[in-house]
Parts: sequence; structure tokens; C-alpha cells
Amino acid sequence: MTQQPLIDVRNLKKYFPIKTGLFNRVVGHVKAVDDVTFGIHQGETFGLVGESGCGKSTLGRAILQLQKPTSGEVLFDGRSVQQMNAKQLRHLRQDMQIIFQDPFGSLNPRFHIRDIIGEPLRVHQQVSAAEIDKRVVELMELVGLDATRRNRYPHEFSGGQRQRIGIARAIALNPRFIVADEAVSALDVSVQSQVLNLLMKLQKELGLTFLFIAHGLNVVRHISDRIGVMYLGRLVEVGRTEELFANPRHPYTAALLSAIPRPSPHRKQERIVLQGDVPSPANPPAGCRFHPRCIYAQDKCRVLSPELVTLASEHQVACHYPLEALSHSEVI
Amino acid sequence: MAGKLLEIQNLTTGFVTEKGIAKATDRISLSVEKGKTLCIVGESGSGKSVASLSIMRLVDYAGGTIFEGSIRFNGDDLAAKSQKDMINIRGEHIAMIFQDPMSALNPVFTIGDQIAESLQLHQRISRPEAWRQAIDMLQMVGIPDPELRAKQYPHEMSGGMRQRVVIAMALVCKPALLIADEPTTALDVTVQAQILELLRRLQDELGMAIVLITHDMGVAAEMADRIAVMYAGKIVEEGTVLDIFDHPSHPYTIGLLNSIPGLEGTRGEELYTIPGTIPSINNLPAGCRFNPRCVKAEDRCRHQEPGLNEYRTDHHVACWLYSSEGARNTAGSASEVNHL
Repeated sequence: MTQQPLIDVRNLKKYFPIKTGLFNRVVGHVKAVDDVTFGIHQGETFGLVGESGCGKSTLGRAILQLQKPTSGEVLFDGRSVQQMNAKQLRHLRQDMQIIFQDPFGSLNPRFHIRDIIGEPLRVHQQVSAAEIDKRVVELMELVGLDATRRNRYPHEFSGGQRQRIGIARAIALNPRFIVADEAVSALDVSVQSQVLNLLMKLQKELGLTFLFIAHGLNVVRHISDRIGVMYLGRLVEVGRTEELFANPRHPYTAALLSAIPRPSPHRKQERIVLQGDVPSPANPPAGCRFHPRCIYAQDKCRVLSPELVTLASEHQVACHYPLEALSHSEVI
Repeated sequence: MAGKLLEIQNLTTGFVTEKGIAKATDRISLSVEKGKTLCIVGESGSGKSVASLSIMRLVDYAGGTIFEGSIRFNGDDLAAKSQKDMINIRGEHIAMIFQDPMSALNPVFTIGDQIAESLQLHQRISRPEAWRQAIDMLQMVGIPDPELRAKQYPHEMSGGMRQRVVIAMALVCKPALLIADEPTTALDVTVQAQILELLRRLQDELGMAIVLITHDMGVAAEMADRIAVMYAGKIVEEGTVLDIFDHPSHPYTIGLLNSIPGLEGTRGEELYTIPGTIPSINNLPAGCRFNPRCVKAEDRCRHQEPGLNEYRTDHHVACWLYSSEGARNTAGSASEVNHL
């Protein structure tokens, strides 16, 4: 992995000011994303997991510059996105797209499907109406929709079909990088597997790079090459999927993985049930942000915030006392 | 029939629409034993929520009507009761919790008030006594500092805490049956684990039966004694949790289990899918409702609807593959279908 990553995120921060009173005085900041560094390689799927409010969606949007980062840098293919002017950025947006969670809220109910899918083409490329129509038909067939239905409205489609429309719109400009923000979370299991298969197929055919944001750990495990675990605005662990699931080194990752309900009545596994709730990102605990809920917390954890350090190849953990690596016979 | 707390027979609940009656549940039969958990699983639109609202007779307020069937609870037929009688049953003997705890709580009353209200409604009890019991209940559902929390409003709590409050509200009268409609769907996995553990503990302590409605086979595997799988208003398979997971028999159940992204090394492989989507109850296919999506569909499936029959001891399936001639003596058929 000496090759340069397609997306290189360096010390990215996104703070939202908390304003109050008559003069909108800023009384503090919600540190939604706080000093995050990681990279995504060409053709890779990077899964980002964490509980609601941990900043995973904000991180995705900050990378796409849909929300301007407070500080830090995002390099796309080696070029700094921050230093681009409006024109360059607009050009870059063709290469970076997003698929949203809610297939009901993300499609304009007053647009025909052909206008929804064709809109990015109209905005970014100077092509004739006939060419747009041809491309829309192509795209609809690619994502498994009946192209004769392109003159219909979003409400005439089911949830899974709408998500396919969202995907068709995202790939319309042949992007290189797609952020899938909870793209399958709202779907039923049988439809979810159809959409996951579609995403994997498109990745193979079009050579896409994905940032796959989700809270459904089974789904992330299935689709991701590498996974990053976020807690209160920080990345606490990054590793290859198999390694991370077999050998979680951060106590939070271990608890998160043990909380997944297994679809098998025989495996009533030992579960680490975390106490309490996620603290507010406006006022995160001092030291390691996980320490109030961590059963292994020591004095050092209460004062000193741990850095993300590399433990094994491609396995990074932000913890002063990482869990022991299991030998392979103990796994399973 | 000893031990059966709730017994539903041939329940048909529907909605009168311009296009005729849309039957959200079509002649379904279910039963729950005292102290046990029944999970109803199925995808959106399968009728599982309407079934639960019918038990509570809340479906009347949602525009639905019970057209046929009986709902026997401790021997009484709830389907024949007036709404006035139901008031005494709801909350005291049968309680319900919903997916979204925020909309189940009144934002302008403190949570202590809301829990005590149910006690004062159903029991002859003084206000201070009701308040005291409300605090005990908050303690029981694991809310730290219950005296202080009882004086707070719903918006001052996190999602997991609110769901605990809703559970406290539901259980304060010690009902014999709790109906939980997707109680953890809106919560994060770590909080979900807390709530499921809480429900299991309270079930042990109070000896109540639970009807748990979920779309998550993982949750069902963990909680259920018995599982009923619903599809387009029908129960297609019913059995013990081990029956359903070890010998899934209906092609829909098998497809559902196979399409869960696996936790064991199948990363990147193509997932099993059930083609198509669940039909609308206004526009059901002829014959078996699953036949257009079924890989094993035969001619008979397209014309004749299969009934729910006992296929193995205490394991019911509504599928022609297991109709009386073929199934009962072919032990191999289940494993064969497993590899669809």
C-alpha cells in the first residue's frame, strides 16, 4: 500500500458553533469531527461505523465539501480540495457523488424520474436533450429499473426502486468516488440484499471507490475491505474487515461487535453491555472520550487522549491499553 | 389448551378503501403461552403491525375493522368487546410499546406523571402512592437517579432512556402480556442490546408474555420462544425458534434467512436475493401470495392458495411443497430446500 490513496483525509475537523442569546454569541462548539486522519485507496470500499451522533455522516459530507471543514485537509488524487477555487471544485464534484439514506426525502417529488437522473448531466455537461435521454435509459437499465417508466414520479416507485434511482443519479457522471450514507439502512432485508448486490456489481464494473457509512454492522462487514470505527468525533480503530471483526483491539469496537444480534439461536454469545449513553459531543469527556463507559479505564485514560497508532499491519487503534490480540485458534 | 394466554383464530383485519376491502391480515391464527415470547417477523407491509394493533383493538382508531375471527385473552374474546371494556384491559392486562419512544410520550408532562397516570387510572390508589410506585418502576428499568428523573420531561432524555421510560409506563400495572412493536429499531446496536436484556430480565421477574414484532431475524433469534413469519397478510410459517432457524421450510423464510448479510467470511460475495418486492394488499397475486417471487413455484401455486398445515410436530408451513402427501415422511425435503 505504498500507492497514494485516492482520498487522503488529514487532521480533518468540523466544529459547529453553539449560538445563544440575542446576539448569537458563540458559547461553545459541537466537535462533530475532531482530528480525523485516514485514507481510502482506489477501488476500495471503506466502511465507517459508529452510533448515532458519532460524526460519521458529517465526516462523509466534510470530505465531499458539502460542509466546509473547520480545519484539516482533504486530498483527492493528490490534489488539495481546500485550495481549489469554485470552478475547480465544481469540476471535481463530477468525480465525487453521494447516495443518501432516505429514498423518500432525497428525490424531488415533482420531478420525473428522467429529470432526476438526468439533472447532473444537464448541470455538468453540455449535451443535447436526446443524448441525456439516451444516457438515462442506459443508467436505468444498469441499475435494474424498467426504463419505460422514466416519465413517472418518485411516489410511483417502491423504497428499493427509489434507492436504485438515487444510485443511478449518483453514477450518471461516471464518478470515481461515492459516499453511501446509510444507503441501505431504510430497506427491508430482501430488498437490502438486492441493493447491496447492485452496489458491489457497479463497483466491479465501473471501478468505483466507496465510503460506506452505516450503523448496520452486518452490512458493513459484507461490503467493506477496511473499516473505521468512530466514537464521538474520533476514529478509534481502523483495520481490515476480517482482522477487525476477529481481533478488535479497542474496547469500544469489542463492545459494538458483541452487541450485534446474531441470526442464530445457538450462539448466545457473551455480550459486553456498555453502561450509559454516548456523551454529548459539545462537552466530550477529558482524556480518552470512551473512558467513562470503558471497563478497562485507568488513571491515564482520564487525562490523556490517546493517538491513533499502528499496532499491526494496517491495524490502527487509539487506546492506551489495547486489548490483547487473540491467537488464531481462539477466534471463531 | 392450558397455558395459552392469548389465542387468535382466523383473524381478518382490513381497511375499507375505494377499491374494496384491503385485508391487512387474512385469517391468521396465533397463540402465546404464559410467560413466553412470540416473535412476529416480516417485512414492511406484511401485516405484522396491524395484527398487533388488532389485539389491542387500537386498529379501530386507525380506520381498520376486524371482519372475522376471535382474539381470546384469558378466555375472553377481545374482538367482541366494546371499546369501553377495552379501556380496562389496555394498560392493565395488555400493554404495548412502539418503535418511536418520543411520540409515545407526552412532551408537556413529566415522565413521573405519565407513569403514575396509568396506575391511578387502573387501580384505586392515592397520588403519592402512585408516584412512589412510578419511581420504583423507573428504578426497575435501570434509570439512574429515579427521583430526579421522574420530575424531568421527555426531551431531557436520550433515545435509550426514553425507551426505558416507555417500558416502565407499559409495565407499571404488571400486565400479563406485553406487545412490543419494533421496540429497538430506532436505537443503536449497543442501546438495543441494553433494551433487549432489560426486556428479558423483566419478563423473568414479572412472568409476562411478550409478543415481539420485528423485521430483524437477529433480534428474533435472541428473544423468541416461537416465531411466526408473515408475508402479505398471511402467516407462512410458524414454529419454535429452533424449527425456524434450523429447519426453515417455507421458501420465503429460507430466502429471508439467506439474504441476511452473513457475519462469517462471505465478504464481497453476491448475496442471495429474493427477486421482486412484497405485493400490495390491494393487488395480491392469485394462488400462493409468494408464487411470483418463489423459485420453487409450480402450476398449483399459481391457482390455489395453500393452507397453514402442520409439517413436522408443532411446526406449521403454508406451502404446497409440504402438502400432506409429500412432506410428512420425507425428512430430506427440508435440507434439500435449504440449498435453494
